[in-house]
Amino acid sequence: MSIQKKVIWAAIIVLGAVSLAIIALMRGEPINAAWLVVAAACVHLVGYRFYGLFIANKVLGVNAARQTPAYRRNDGLDYVPTNRYVLFGHHFAAIAGAGPLVGPVLAAQMGYLPGTLWILAGVVFAGAVQDMTVLFLSTRRDGRSLGDMIRSEMGAVAGTIAGIGVLLICVIVLAVLALVVVNALKGSAWGSFTVFCTLPIALIMGIYGRFLRPGRIAEMSIIGAVLLLAALIYGRTVAETPGLAVYFNLPATTLALIIIGYGFVASVLPVWLLLAPRDYLSTFLKIGAIALLAVGVIIVRPDLQMPALTKFVDGTGPVWSGSLFPFLFITIACGSVSGWHSLISSGTTPKMIENENQIAFIGYGGMLTESFVAIMAMIGASVIHPGVYFAMNSAAGLIGTTAAHAAEVVTSWGFVITPDYLTQVAHDVGEASILSRAGGAPTLAVGMATILSGFLGGKALMGIWYHFAILFEALFILTTVDAGTRVCRFMIQDLIGNAVPAFKETNSWSSNLIGSALACALWGYLLYAGVIDPLGGIFTMWPLFGAANQMLAAIALTLCTVVLFKMKRERFAWVTVAPTAWLIICTVTAGLEKVFSPNPAVGFLSHAHKFGGAAAAGQVLAPAKTLADMHRVIFNDYLDATLAGLAVAIVVTVVIYALFDIRKALTTPKATAMEIGGASGAMAGGGA
Amino acid sequence: MKKIKTLWRWSAQAARLMVGVPDYDNYVAHRKAHHPGEPFMSYVEFYRERQNARYACEKGRFKGCC
Repeated sequence: MSIQKKVIWAAIIVLGAVSLAIIALMRGEPINAAWLVVAAACVHLVGYRFYGLFIANKVLGVNAARQTPAYRRNDGLDYVPTNRYVLFGHHFAAIAGAGPLVGPVLAAQMGYLPGTLWILAGVVFAGAVQDMTVLFLSTRRDGRSLGDMIRSEMGAVAGTIAGIGVLLICVIVLAVLALVVVNALKGSAWGSFTVFCTLPIALIMGIYGRFLRPGRIAEMSIIGAVLLLAALIYGRTVAETPGLAVYFNLPATTLALIIIGYGFVASVLPVWLLLAPRDYLSTFLKIGAIALLAVGVIIVRPDLQMPALTKFVDGTGPVWSGSLFPFLFITIACGSVSGWHSLISSGTTPKMIENENQIAFIGYGGMLTESFVAIMAMIGASVIHPGVYFAMNSAAGLIGTTAAHAAEVVTSWGFVITPDYLTQVAHDVGEASILSRAGGAPTLAVGMATILSGFLGGKALMGIWYHFAILFEALFILTTVDAGTRVCRFMIQDLIGNAVPAFKETNSWSSNLIGSALACALWGYLLYAGVIDPLGGIFTMWPLFGAANQMLAAIALTLCTVVLFKMKRERFAWVTVAPTAWLIICTVTAGLEKVFSPNPAVGFLSHAHKFGGAAAAGQVLAPAKTLADMHRVIFNDYLDATLAGLAVAIVVTVVIYALFDIRKALTTPKATAMEIGGASGAMAGGGA
Repeated sequence: MKKIKTLWRWSAQAARLMVGVPDYDNYVAHRKAHHPGEPFMSYVEFYRERQNARYACEKGRFKGCC
């Protein structure tokens, strides 16, 4: 490193340390969001240069002379050598989604500091390491999937168990993400109208791109974007016209049923008709909205209203249940470390990478960018009045349904706010009420509306910005619901197909219909249970979602660890062992607490016990209204406890398999990792 | 000027790849170089093939959720 470079890096390190110190130590007066942005940028740069490149070059030993699958199997379709900047864009678009936007918003209930520190530490030492290592492993195995790699490196049983884990996680993810949409749209005629409009818009785009001007992606997307903008603007008129508003002003239960029905229909329609065009819209809108948010934060540089720490670090918070450890670390999954990315990193990206020396830039750098998005979401949640934040994210069971009562309760928590202020914010964004809209999207929408209206349009456009933010989150969550239902269906068909071979026919209409119905029933049931949960489903279910996602990350990192041992690189295995251990500690503790905690707000079993005792005595506890409700609550508790317990069992089993594999690798004198390609073109290492 | 052109081309390629459609010219060049004389797909066929492939669920082919 030249002197000049050393000076620059030293300056970046000092600047990062100063901004981190300001974020962590300033008390009493609000700090500016710019400090968060600067701190994050410095941590990411330093992390990339000094840790990411270290792992790539020293630990993994990337070899620039080794042919990648993109060249070895080049077919111009799946395997295509792709410019690294183009591929970076592709990879980032594939990993960025609802996760990094929702998690940090929910974590803000403890103040912006704990979440920010976890986002920064988590991404450098866990998330980016996982993404890059899985990308590396898959690149050396012709772009094979995570499940395939687990099967070949750790055996068929471990592979099957991990596969069941993925299905479980997918079901939970779909239910929770759909719940986010329901919470954003309930009672909002403007929001519902705009989101419903995306269906006919997608159909128009689909038909245009199939028959009128086949394959013209840009034209389709522009048509779609213009129509979407029109729907967004007209939405206000719909909301203000009582005759129209009644059709779109829907309660949460109706919305849940609509989304379940939609998920079923969309997953059996041809992809070109609905899924693909909406995917185009949601992808481009997502990238655009993220860029807009970044520009907005940098131009407006708002002050953070949320304190660095709130009293809810003790675990009594109203947004989600559980204490800082372990629950903060699973509340923010994407943005710090996300198991889903291991599926992307072993998907299309490894088939297109030009050279192994780009793995750090795309794998590690892509995840750092996502972490930056998470920091912006944290800023979005922290620039609004904390009173508004808690009024928006606490369930009606806690704060009631009127602005007056909500303001009173939130003020009693120490976040002084008047009912008028709550009503005014709702009015500003064009809604009748903003109370109890847990799930991150609406809060972020208010934050984004505050930031964006600060440099474009002022208060007059706040309603548009709010609904734009709701629209873009709902749009890509619904795309996820559609695509995810297909994934679940495939996995269900694959599992059941082992017993009934005919069911594996993915071209058969009847098997697809049954598979889709089963998939929708699984996540739909959880969604509906969450919607009617009086505490608001996010309160109980988000920790389950986070735990499931982190467990997948733990499984992926376990695979990485096993392969490092099999490559005889045990000297460096700590780079994956450390995050694996941390994730396992967090997720297993969280999972066990969700099952066994004596606190009914956290533990499913004690909650069931409490309700069971009351039901036996003939009492009805709120939020249940009848004894039948009581029994449903109890059943759901046992269901959730089973899911959490199952997830823990899956991770523990995979880890036990890994320990045996590691011991075997240690006693074998030569490398046994099953790589494809390499200098000789044969299997490197040559192990069984 | 040349830089702007390159940047524009990369952006367009990246935008298409984000929705699962790789570069068609590159595909044609690949077919001509490695499979001379064999037929190759028209752009529309290529586009449809890629669209189906993006959302097809087979073993080891998932689209993530977050």
